[in-house]
Amino acid sequence: MGALNDGEITRGGVRIPALNAGPRTCLDIRQIGLTFSSGQKSVTALEDISLQVAENEFAVIVGPSGCGKSSLLYLTAGLLEPTSGEIRVNDKRIDGPGADRGMVFQAYTLFPWLNVRDNVEYGLKRRRLPAAQRQEIVEYYLREVGLERFADAWPRQLSGGMMQRVAIARALANDPDILLMDEPFGALDSQTRLSMQQLLLNVWGHNSKTVLFVTHDIDEAILLADRIYVMSGRPGVISRTLEVHLPRPRTSEIVMEKHFLDIKREILGILHHDDT
Amino acid sequence: MAHASLWQRCLTPRATIPKTLTWSAGIGVWLVVIALWALVTYSGLVRSIFLPTPTAVLSAAVSMIGDGSLWKDIWSSAQVVLYGFLLSSAIAIPLGILMGSFRLAQAFLDPLVNFMRYLPVTAFVPLFILWIGIGIEQRVTVIFFGIFFQQLVMIADISRGVSQDLINASYTLGAKRRDVVTHVLFPACLPGVIDMMRVTMGWAWTFVVVAELVAANSGLGYISLKAMRGFQVDVIFLSIGLIGLLGLVTDQFFRLLRKRLTSWAL
Repeated sequence: MGALNDGEITRGGVRIPALNAGPRTCLDIRQIGLTFSSGQKSVTALEDISLQVAENEFAVIVGPSGCGKSSLLYLTAGLLEPTSGEIRVNDKRIDGPGADRGMVFQAYTLFPWLNVRDNVEYGLKRRRLPAAQRQEIVEYYLREVGLERFADAWPRQLSGGMMQRVAIARALANDPDILLMDEPFGALDSQTRLSMQQLLLNVWGHNSKTVLFVTHDIDEAILLADRIYVMSGRPGVISRTLEVHLPRPRTSEIVMEKHFLDIKREILGILHHDDT
Repeated sequence: MAHASLWQRCLTPRATIPKTLTWSAGIGVWLVVIALWALVTYSGLVRSIFLPTPTAVLSAAVSMIGDGSLWKDIWSSAQVVLYGFLLSSAIAIPLGILMGSFRLAQAFLDPLVNFMRYLPVTAFVPLFILWIGIGIEQRVTVIFFGIFFQQLVMIADISRGVSQDLINASYTLGAKRRDVVTHVLFPACLPGVIDMMRVTMGWAWTFVVVAELVAANSGLGYISLKAMRGFQVDVIFLSIGLIGLLGLVTDQFFRLLRKRLTSWAL
């Protein structure tokens, strides 16, 4: 087994979370490697990646396109299998996809044959929750993303931003241990993008949740994150880990603050250094 | 283009026109066809042994409705189409979805299906008569073999086209493999399946006539053949017209079904 996490002690070889010893580790990615091979050729997408996300932490992976950051998210979701290493969520080794790891995708993935309400209810139905409880949860999360008036609309009637709001509500309604977000605002225009970032911060503020968010947008990363993992590509490795100590609640105003600019400069330095 | 005159709208590519005009144009085309038909027949331009007059076809219809034989023949053909079509669809739809989604099912079925679907079903008719005889079962078999393999390939394509993102999203929401089939693949395929049924229903009507021309003692294809022997061109026209009309009705049915069941897709 790998190194001991912060806030854990062993007693007789059994790992037990320590009392009063800081936040628990929710996601533990250990020495993950991912190699795609077809015939004679093989491409190493990820090499020896390790990272931890603490419970209720907002972690962001930022990196250029093609660096393998989305693959890392798919591995965590269980939609891809690693070539080496292992991923643990709440100390359970993951083996395939499951409702404990919710995901919001870059592409629009609402089920077009279900209206907004039924989309949010989808996971709850698969888990066979009683109808009254399902309705209560659906209503709560639709209110959280400000779409209660659109409960009966078809996905094709919604704008891109609204569809991603439903996707966020759908993932959160399932109450996953961790929410994985794969450039969820990547396809949106910059105005919508700003308001979606704010909405996500608000929702995350009301509902304590562990988040692993992937983006190539440095401003977005700093605005959202408690901790940033900077990735560089081919093969994908984690170049640096940065902590963001900007106070919350945050608004897009923070882009003018010195701490924000310092972090931004540092990330740009790392990514620029990789290019040359 | 908002202020363009109606005439200009009609001459502008893709410009919309008023509903009433759409309807009138649709009726108008039939009036033109019937008028031309009447013109060349009543004037004696074309001899009635080749092309019957509208009144001759109508009176053939009246007399055949009178002795009840027309209903019997319509029902006989429609029954064969319906049985063959439903049987084929009932097997091809689930099997095609599996074939498009499970690699093993595809590997197993592809070589056979792609061989079978290039064989013209007409080549099998003598064999079917030897095996099954000349009853309704034989005609149903002709339709089944005529459309089954085509349906299978079309549905496999439809299910292969279902977005992997939807399947992934479903897994991350806690769906099991069985849920992915019933709660993602089936509903996602539905619009395509209904469109496919609309198309293959037309083919079923083609094959029923072929089957009836060879071996039958009732049905619209059969009365055409019998009419040919008696030089009753009016009956042949009546039979062709009725097949067209029945095709139009089933087509509208599938259009309505598509609208009703998959209003989410449009």
